[in-house]
Amino acid sequence: MIPEIGHAALWLAAGLALAQALAGFRADGGRIAVPAALAQGALCAVAFAALTWAFLKSDFSVALVAGNSHTAKPELYKWTGVWANHEGSMLLWVAVLAVFGALAALRAKSLGERFRTVMLSAQGFIAIGFYAYLLIASNPFARIVPAPVEGSGLNPLLQDPGLAFHPPLLYIGYVGLSVTFSFAVAALVLDKVTPEWARAVKPWVLGAWSFLTAGITLGSFWAYYELGWGGWWFWDPVENASLMPWLAATALFHSVGVLAARGALKNWTLLLAVVAFSLSMVGTFIVRSGLLTSVHAFAVDPERGVFLLILLAIYVGGALALYALRAGTVTAGAPFRPVSREGSLVVNNLILSAVLGVVFLGTLYPLLLEAVTGDQVSVGPPYFETALLPLLLPLVALMAAGPLMRWRTMDWAGLGRRLVPALVLGIAAIGVALALGMRSPLALAGVALSAWLAAASVMIFRGRKLKRIRLIPASVWGTSIAHLGVAVATLGIAASGAGGIETLANLAPGGRLSAGAYTAQVDDIMPAAGPNYTAIRAVISVTGPGGATVLMPERRTFVSPSNETTETDIWPRLTGNLYAVLGPGDGSGRWQVRLVWQPMIALIWIGGMMAALGGLIAMRQGRRRQEAFA
Amino acid sequence: MMLRRAALIVPLLMFLGFVALAVYRMGEPPERVIVSKMVGKPVPAMDLVGADELHPGLNDGDLRHGTVTLVNLFASWCAPCRIEAPQLKELADKGVVIHGIAVRDTPEDIAAFLNDHGDPFRRIGMDPNSKAVLSLGASGLPETFLIDGKGIIRKQYIGQIRPEQVAEILKDIEEARR
Amino acid sequence: MKPKHQRLALAGAAVAALGVAAALALPALKDQAAYFYAPADVVAKGVTPGQAIRLGGLVEKGSIERSADGLTIHFRVTDRLETVPVAYTGIVPDLFREGQGMIADGRFDDGGTFRAETLLAKHDENYMPPEVAKAIERAEAAAKARPEK
Repeated sequence: MIPEIGHAALWLAAGLALAQALAGFRADGGRIAVPAALAQGALCAVAFAALTWAFLKSDFSVALVAGNSHTAKPELYKWTGVWANHEGSMLLWVAVLAVFGALAALRAKSLGERFRTVMLSAQGFIAIGFYAYLLIASNPFARIVPAPVEGSGLNPLLQDPGLAFHPPLLYIGYVGLSVTFSFAVAALVLDKVTPEWARAVKPWVLGAWSFLTAGITLGSFWAYYELGWGGWWFWDPVENASLMPWLAATALFHSVGVLAARGALKNWTLLLAVVAFSLSMVGTFIVRSGLLTSVHAFAVDPERGVFLLILLAIYVGGALALYALRAGTVTAGAPFRPVSREGSLVVNNLILSAVLGVVFLGTLYPLLLEAVTGDQVSVGPPYFETALLPLLLPLVALMAAGPLMRWRTMDWAGLGRRLVPALVLGIAAIGVALALGMRSPLALAGVALSAWLAAASVMIFRGRKLKRIRLIPASVWGTSIAHLGVAVATLGIAASGAGGIETLANLAPGGRLSAGAYTAQVDDIMPAAGPNYTAIRAVISVTGPGGATVLMPERRTFVSPSNETTETDIWPRLTGNLYAVLGPGDGSGRWQVRLVWQPMIALIWIGGMMAALGGLIAMRQGRRRQEAFA
Repeated sequence: MMLRRAALIVPLLMFLGFVALAVYRMGEPPERVIVSKMVGKPVPAMDLVGADELHPGLNDGDLRHGTVTLVNLFASWCAPCRIEAPQLKELADKGVVIHGIAVRDTPEDIAAFLNDHGDPFRRIGMDPNSKAVLSLGASGLPETFLIDGKGIIRKQYIGQIRPEQVAEILKDIEEARR
Repeated sequence: MKPKHQRLALAGAAVAALGVAAALALPALKDQAAYFYAPADVVAKGVTPGQAIRLGGLVEKGSIERSADGLTIHFRVTDRLETVPVAYTGIVPDLFREGQGMIADGRFDDGGTFRAETLLAKHDENYMPPEVAKAIERAEAAAKARPEK
């Protein structure tokens, strides 16, 4: 019964979305659109709760539950199992969309009734397509008869806390950008691209961006310890699919700041708002359709890919056509000086766009080349590293200066004074790194940039009276914390890249190997068993500076669904991570063991989370116009 | 200004290019199921102990006695195996000889499973470490192999047998008898 | 500066950014994109030793051998038409096994052995990488077109 309630709620919500979409064409449509948006939010929450109930109660008469759950599955994965599959994740997508629509209906009042109605109408149009997709092509509530008494279990790779929370965070980010998209569409329709518009849209961009940042960070962490390759970013198409909307959103909230403070960059900001959500949908499409070969892709369904492509063509094509038609009528913005806060934000946007272009081209190049010449290529880390480093290094360097500049005026002397501590710290950092034995020029540059940016991010507070700390706007705090996060992550990237040590050995129990200051001995290699897998487990005792521990990496073989996974075991220390991977045996009692020492690698994820936190803090609107963006 | 208007269309054109590429690429099947390399070859050597007194064990010799047989890989803990149980029952009722290979299972669980979902099997071999699964080249559960009277694997049916497949399987069996 | 000039300057900057991105991306694509080769392509077209390529095919049955230290494995990759010897040092991915599809990034050494730097097998056992599937189709079509020996 309860699954039917969820199913009915979705149909009802789809009907309301249609009403909401059409309401935009009526002058008094707000009377329909606002209640419709609120009701949709509630109905989708009901639908999501119904599916969650089915998973928690292991109701195997629901095909999705039977196919993806098991009574013996740990409680946590019954909760997360709801979205750890195609249909459930699309329901999550739709539910987040509806909840954001309801929030937008409640919050977006500052631009007038008409604007809110048109914005909700755009939101309704987006929702209809995804309801249709859910109800027609991937109904999560479909029943099976007869109901099996036991489910077939969850893909073992997905039974992991990191991956359990990675998709919802990403989805909140992706879908949060839909509000930005609807804001842009409404602004284009009503010709309302004003600083007020920018101030109204800014919290939505920042919120979505923060969740995207957290989601990408968590995904990177998961790939690091689950795939057992020791890397934290592989430039894989699926990873790039989430990076592209993130880059667009990053550029967007910086350019929104310029529009809010100075009334400039109107067309550009509108385009970014449309493109950010478009890239979210392109990302979902790439992941779900199997368009590109990826190490992360699971089995896909081409029919669903076609459906998603049609949705994509309608929404993105429609919005970009609207942009081409209407953006020319948007009134020109105010002029400004090149060396000023707004000037630095323009540079930020230019570099970020170039980065986005490089990533976009690298991701789609294999597809393009195959269509044109028939040759098959893969574009991997060498391309991205070669092409992006000359852009990312100046970007991080300029990030330090931007927030220290003033709006409107060129103030070279003031900027210079504020950057002196950063310069001193940057040079000192090179000295420390050299003393610690770091020699790679690239890593030294990374360390110096990290110190430079960190010092400059603290200097944002210079001249503010600490007594009046509560008067410092949230956006200043947010900028400082987020930029500091980037500095922390940069240090992690540079240090782990330059100082990593890796050894591989083929060992029988009793064998030893070492990585840097750490030595390890394989005490035992034994079979182990879990609820739905069998495994070979190595017991490795490790000693290193100031401590000892036992690592137990495993190789697991799952039967239903059939799969194998490598479970790394990590010893997290203050100065870095030591991790061990167990490889296959050679049949004569010896096994491959890989031991890896990576200094400071955890800073990458800590920095990412700091950036996300900074974004959330900056969502609170500044009180004064001057500080609407800092 | 014409140039400016033209520049505004560029994003749309780029996107249309992407859609065209995607359509081009979607026209081809992105993946395919790997068929066991064992199809067309003799059953690999195996000797599996029986599940209980009713069901003796299974070895490769049992599959070379001149009868066309189905070998069904199943387990009591496998959900799709329950879904295909009625289809197996229907095949058994039509006189098809079906042997089972129970993967990583216990006799008690198998007995309960057969009690709940019907028992189409003549023999059930126990495969406690999934060796037989691997040697047959199966990629998961459930999976069914059609073996002719000489012990040659003729067909492999991946996943649960759906009701509409029953007729097809009966036809395949007819062919294998010839 | 007048608004009109400002707009022109911004447009100029945008075009310049585009130019910089292209200047960075295109040479990098030319040098760093690894072309996909199936064993038959390797034999037909030839690959310069040291050039980074991606090799895909099926791991030939019975071809996996380990070196004496147990760290390097040698195997042959086939598209059912030609085979190529491959060496890889490191932990092979889950699901890497004989008869299955795989993709390797690496270079040929002077002795004609492909030195794989990374090996990819898929998360999903029933999945064959599309490049490999296509290569095998191509090879089979070529084999059919060829007269019987």
